[in-house]
Amino acid sequence: MIDSLNSLMGGFAAALTPGNLLFAAIGVLLGTAIGVLPGIGPAMAVALLLPVTYAFDPTGAFILFAGIYFGAMFGGSTTSILLNTPGESASVIAAIEGNPMARQGRGAQALAAAAIGHFIGGIVGAVGIVLLAPLVASVAVDIGAPDYFAIMVLAFVAVTAVLGTSRVRGFAALAIGLTIGLVGLDPISGQARLTFGVPQLADGIDVIIVAVGLFAVGEALWVAAHLRRTQDEVIPVGRPWLSREDLAHTWKPWLRGPFIGFTFGSIPAGGAEMSTFMSYVTERKLSKRPELFGKGAIEGVAGPEAAASASSAGTLSTMLTLGLPTTAIAAVMLAAFQQFGIQPGPLLFVNEADLVWTLIASLFIGLVLLLVLNLPLAPVWAKLLQIPRPYLYAGILFFACVGAYAVSGQPVDLIVLLVIGGIGFLMRRYGLPVLPAIIGVILGPDAELQLRRALQIADGDWSTLVSTPLSIVVYLVIAVLLLLPVIRRALRRDTDEREPAAR
Amino acid sequence: MTVWLRERSELGVSALLLLVGLVVVVDSLLGSVAATSSDPLGPHAVPLLVGALLVLLAVLLARDVLSGGHGEAEGGEDVDLTVPADKRTVLLLAGVLVATAAAIPVLGWPLAGTGLFWGATYALGSRSVPRDPLIAAGVSLTTWILFDTLLGVDLPGGPLMGVFG
Repeated sequence: MIDSLNSLMGGFAAALTPGNLLFAAIGVLLGTAIGVLPGIGPAMAVALLLPVTYAFDPTGAFILFAGIYFGAMFGGSTTSILLNTPGESASVIAAIEGNPMARQGRGAQALAAAAIGHFIGGIVGAVGIVLLAPLVASVAVDIGAPDYFAIMVLAFVAVTAVLGTSRVRGFAALAIGLTIGLVGLDPISGQARLTFGVPQLADGIDVIIVAVGLFAVGEALWVAAHLRRTQDEVIPVGRPWLSREDLAHTWKPWLRGPFIGFTFGSIPAGGAEMSTFMSYVTERKLSKRPELFGKGAIEGVAGPEAAASASSAGTLSTMLTLGLPTTAIAAVMLAAFQQFGIQPGPLLFVNEADLVWTLIASLFIGLVLLLVLNLPLAPVWAKLLQIPRPYLYAGILFFACVGAYAVSGQPVDLIVLLVIGGIGFLMRRYGLPVLPAIIGVILGPDAELQLRRALQIADGDWSTLVSTPLSIVVYLVIAVLLLLPVIRRALRRDTDEREPAAR
Repeated sequence: MTVWLRERSELGVSALLLLVGLVVVVDSLLGSVAATSSDPLGPHAVPLLVGALLVLLAVLLARDVLSGGHGEAEGGEDVDLTVPADKRTVLLLAGVLVATAAAIPVLGWPLAGTGLFWGATYALGSRSVPRDPLIAAGVSLTTWILFDTLLGVDLPGGPLMGVFG
């Protein structure tokens, strides 16, 4: 506890240097812009920045990424409130109550409730990381290859079986990702796999190109095929503010949302989407005026938005302590860690203590910057929504190509990028989720390595995979996740007569 | 028959998964390195498993589609799913990317990038002539200078090198 506080103070000292402050400021500004802009989400933004961050030191790069993550959460709610179309899936809920508020001329109050909610949620979430992450890390510090393998299998199953509507399609996406991850020389035996004698494939397909291809090129092509030709009107808005009466309705949701958000953000159960939804349902249930919900209840903006930012913190804490990505952006950040040769997980707090604590301290700094910037700048951000779509998507394609080219300096990588973008396009067309695919690419090779290492140590004895308490617990969780629909179906059969409308 | 197939175009995804799965299985069966005592699993076990998984999923997906299931196309704020897919735009964009890959070694980044940005805005329906190419050139040149000088990422300058260098 005291150790954590001391480390955090050290982190603040490092995060407050001019260079790192600059990274935090650029991160939150860029993140807010990305959150406001349609079509480009935080995962895509970090993927596009991966090639550039080679030039930075890892600490600066992760401060930048964390700023983008939190900034995008902030910015996403602006789009939701002013233009009924949510910028990120996390801000769908904000549109339900925030947009009616804006239509009634209370857009400024909705923006203020969202911004302060994000601030409180982020701060509570960051405190959560400070308190819980070292604890988890210290418990998990002795984990070996069998445990790592089990956790990675959990990551595969969780993102595939819990999220999305169709499990077959989720697992198909995962298998595509695992296949892409197999291409290249096997790191243990040097055997060429799926290279078909092409020398350029021997090094494998760079994970940056896969991430940029799936997130940026795939998305740009998909939007291009269905580009909306009519634009919705942006509701004009002034400087955000709250009256005393608004505050009376918002302070409790602001304080409740973060706990829901951090919990659901840290487990592989849908990240911010699930968090905001759960917070919304809670606020509607607890409200003294539930009839207002759906027509512009400020509680329905305050709670879910606080939950959204707290869930980002929860996602970060799971990614840092266990190396387990629960959302797309965590997966891309994990890829960034791998690029720098850093292994997230319990040892991170021992091996890279300075980096982690500087990153955590910069979360607090970034949140303060966000609040200071966003309350006065809201009308300016709203203007970003008017950018002509051809420029926006041409820009995404342009930076995707610059990034892919910068990785290797070979024009042929643009063709690889296009092929992977084509895969991303087809996945969006046929409802295959992108997240399992990217997690398959990033974690697949690592999982294979851990599996083979575990068997190597145990001389080929398969029972080694369930030889530790942690691995047994993780496999039990996996079994529950896989059996959940079966259990649910059995339960539903029982309650069908009483609740025919239940989903 | 054609209508039946069009409504079940998702079977194509299933066929692709099957094809990739078979390729992965065959590739790992053809591999020469065997498992050893220091590497009990060997380099081919995991690919074999992934290949088998792909084949299995292809079958399951086909069964799902034939019994009426279908994947939901992804929505988005700029996405209008009520209009049919605009294949021309997508093919134009793909063409622009291929042309850019061919142009980089010859023209260098500033020019190839300008073509890329302008081509993409054109494909996406913008026809503003003095404005589009000017923005494209501005973005491309700024990016090149930023990458080349500030970030130290080497992007070829092409013939323009002489002018700015």
